[in-house]
Amino acid sequence: MYNFEFEKPSTIADAVAALGSEDAQALGGGQTLIPTLKQRLASPSALISLNGIAEMQGVCVDDDGSVSIGGATTHATVAAEAASSYPALAALAGQIGDPAVRNRGTIGGSIANNDPAACYPAGALGSGATIVTNTRQIGADDFFEGMFSTALDEGEIITAVRFPVPQAASYQKFLQPASRFALVGVYLARFADGVRVAVTGASEDGVFRWSEAEQALNGAFRTDALMGLSINPMNMISDLHGSKEYRAHLVGVMTKRAIEACM
Amino acid sequence: MTQVSMTVNGKPVSGDVEGRTLLSGFLREHLSMTGTHVGCDTAQCGACVVHVNGEAIKSCNMLAMEADGADIGTIEGQANADGSLNVIQQAFQDHHGLQCGFCTPGMVMSTAALLKDNPRPTEAEIRKYLEGNLCRCTGYHNIVKAIMAASGQDVSQIAAE
Repeated sequence: MYNFEFEKPSTIADAVAALGSEDAQALGGGQTLIPTLKQRLASPSALISLNGIAEMQGVCVDDDGSVSIGGATTHATVAAEAASSYPALAALAGQIGDPAVRNRGTIGGSIANNDPAACYPAGALGSGATIVTNTRQIGADDFFEGMFSTALDEGEIITAVRFPVPQAASYQKFLQPASRFALVGVYLARFADGVRVAVTGASEDGVFRWSEAEQALNGAFRTDALMGLSINPMNMISDLHGSKEYRAHLVGVMTKRAIEACM
Repeated sequence: MTQVSMTVNGKPVSGDVEGRTLLSGFLREHLSMTGTHVGCDTAQCGACVVHVNGEAIKSCNMLAMEADGADIGTIEGQANADGSLNVIQQAFQDHHGLQCGFCTPGMVMSTAALLKDNPRPTEAEIRKYLEGNLCRCTGYHNIVKAIMAASGQDVSQIAAE
């Protein structure tokens, strides 16, 4: 790992100011960033830890019933504290990595990184969450722009993620047991005004919505509504763990499992 | 270099570290506490698990400066006050929950964290909790058995392997 300066501000304003210096980078739980730095794939001049900012911690239920999660909240905390207010999301958080990783990794870090096989991007896109930053609010549909790419500007910090709570939701993860990421993961959320289906782990373009399945499920919310629908394998990820065709097939399987879990 | 201070196994310690110094490196190289092992250095194997403010974390994946002011627990602090093995360590010995022993510090620290939250875990819960701790010798059977024994459960019917 190349060396860097380290700062741990206690307010969002101080963190934003520190991130203004050249090549400074925000540090969440570091469960992806630190291994990346060890491989010398990045060489920031400074890491600005977001873990000392009290206003970015914790889970709360807003007046309108939505669940708001501070950007620096760990997966373990979400798994525990969102269990009653948004159980499907809490279950997703409880499946990330392993217990020690969940005690460090944060929701803001995961969403800002937008790993194509990460769980949280599916939860956020599937829920139609709002990504709250230090300057604006971004709908999940506009936030995820492709593998490892988001709408975040340089130095912009995810301070919170706000989730509308659906009538029913389920995250179905086909685990890649070595990495503990999703080989394919489907987050399905059923709202009064429609169904959202978000898929992670599958596409070269990162997390995406399976709009054909959403339309079919808006017509009839049952597994056979997906009959005849399939994902084009063309843009799927292919690696030693699974071919394009395998992943495309799994999208349908995991979506059906999510439908059944929501019945 | 920046000075960091923390409590390790109840004792205040401090040292000068670089930004890139990992908590595992601070423990091993600055404090010469080599009980915390670094196996993979990619946060997958779990040999480096320590407790930070009571929570199990992988110390090779946390910066030393992030632990400034924290309360750290390591394998060196696990034995009883008289130096005898604690319940978990003794169970690992009794049930051959180790062969080469490299993964054992992490296994013991993860077990301690598990039993704090879940004092009588099922076999499935133990295997689930240990998914971030890799052992290349035992096949896990005797580790799971040791943890069940350490949590006061009858393991006499579980075959030795």
